[in-house]
Amino acid sequence: MSCANIQVSETPLVLYALRRADDALILGHRLSEWCGHAPMLEEDMALSNIALDLIGQARELYTFAAKVEGRDNDEDKLAYLRDVRQYRNLLLVEQPNGDFAQTLVRQFFYSAFADLYWRAMMNSRDATLAAIAAKSEKESAYHLRHASEWIIRLGDGTEESHARTQGAIDHLWAFTGEMFAVDDGERALIHAGIAVDPASLRGRWLATLSDVTREATLAPPQNEWMQQGGRSGRHSEHLGHLLSELQSMQRTFPGLTW
Amino acid sequence: MYTQALNTAETADRDLEDAGKAAQFQARIDAEERIEPNDWMPAAYRKTLTRQISQHAHSEIVGMLPEGNWITRAPTLRRKAALLAKVQDECGHGLYLYAAAETLGSSREELVDAMLAGKAKYSSIFNYPTLTWADIGTIGWLVDGAAIMNQIPLCRCSYGPYARAMIRVCKEESFHQRQGYEIMVTLCRGSEEQKAMAQDALNRWWWPVLMMFGPPDATSQHSDTSTKWKIKRFSNDELRQKFVDATVPQAQYLGLTIPDPGMIQDADGHWRYSEIDWTEFKQVLAGNGPCNRDRMAARRKAHEEGAWVREAAASYAAKRARRQTAQAAE
Repeated sequence: MSCANIQVSETPLVLYALRRADDALILGHRLSEWCGHAPMLEEDMALSNIALDLIGQARELYTFAAKVEGRDNDEDKLAYLRDVRQYRNLLLVEQPNGDFAQTLVRQFFYSAFADLYWRAMMNSRDATLAAIAAKSEKESAYHLRHASEWIIRLGDGTEESHARTQGAIDHLWAFTGEMFAVDDGERALIHAGIAVDPASLRGRWLATLSDVTREATLAPPQNEWMQQGGRSGRHSEHLGHLLSELQSMQRTFPGLTW
Repeated sequence: MYTQALNTAETADRDLEDAGKAAQFQARIDAEERIEPNDWMPAAYRKTLTRQISQHAHSEIVGMLPEGNWITRAPTLRRKAALLAKVQDECGHGLYLYAAAETLGSSREELVDAMLAGKAKYSSIFNYPTLTWADIGTIGWLVDGAAIMNQIPLCRCSYGPYARAMIRVCKEESFHQRQGYEIMVTLCRGSEEQKAMAQDALNRWWWPVLMMFGPPDATSQHSDTSTKWKIKRFSNDELRQKFVDATVPQAQYLGLTIPDPGMIQDADGHWRYSEIDWTEFKQVLAGNGPCNRDRMAARRKAHEEGAWVREAAASYAAKRARRQTAQAAE
């Protein structure tokens, strides 16, 4: 492996897999930052566990993307040798952990979507994606349950936890629109029965949000403006710092086996 | 991970105990019976074990920090997942051990507070920094290797909950040890730079790892009671020697040099190591290791910044209980 950026032929299917792989890796990486620093040992365990699931999903999706691409890329080249502009993850998942409320709201927004998404993807005409979906769906269901329970506890906990959680919802809401956006390449995959139309999941996603936030005594967010760009590599400033840490070994010691 | 031989048996209040019960208790221990939480036990036995088990738990939790330092920088996705799973295991050990300590009558909160206040010890090996990826391999290979050496006899400890916890912990530690050694094998088969990284890590960790077994038998004050109670079955020096004998061939296989020019193999096949610098050990115990302050600061920060979360969880649980009671009354 050299330490220079690799080039990826982003055919619609490769790009589709990369986007989901990047989501899973970046969110998994963020959650792993909590390991050893969580508010209670049970959450060190839970957040690490969720991170492990996500990193596992990322590995399968990268391997799939590399196979579809058919060059000599692999999971590690895709993860470690693409720069910020080549990463395709949602802006939501790269947002810093912030406090525990921010981490859990980010997780809740994502998992409420991922749960529906992977369940629907189990019917993908692509056998590998359907198999990845079958495994990921079970994991996402647990991630969503964990996040929902915390949103309720924090929202309906103390005045401070309520305020922090409401603040996190208001702050992160603008990054949720991207989950439902589709470009032409994806549109073709949707028509071919390989991908799922995220717009078809939005109603149920909103219903989950509304059920949980109501029980948590939290208010729906007011601002309707949505930030976009992650899917085409226009990221927030946070991602570069994350990648410089994530990739430091491969960039410092190019081409070695670890 | 492991708590070293820091525990000191309390003997002062033993006199207050009923002599007959004490004799019965000792007879059970001599017969290799397990003592269970509801059984009568001398106050000093309870105190010694609470201290040892909680120190062991604290070590698991503080031990998450040096390895956690590399989770975000692991060189491949496979290594990242393995390391994260490993550190998560350590956390599980900590939880498990706090639960074992709680069976002796102290709450996890009290035990953790004592650690955060600097009143309770954790293994001083975690006061050394992880500077390169090879440190992650070395910790698995040597630190977990030493921990296993210490903990296998604890699987037969007279206190049932601790012994049972150790059986499970040892299984996972042995997996970690193999994983660490495999990292070392990969490095030593790699480039010159990687081999140098492996050797450098061994140089830095070797002596602190030998110190993990605690002070030499000649100066160790408290082993007698622990031995009589079958909490401790081998002396510090016996375990240390066992570890060295097991480790030297592993280092040779890797092509690495143990940083002890005076080391020789005696006629019985034992590898005799040079004298350990116990001044360093005492300094680290006294809080002057390279990372003591950082480790405590990290644990305190997590605890303090997490306070509002724990309060919220408690407040919500109380609210829910009140609602359920109110509903039941209707």
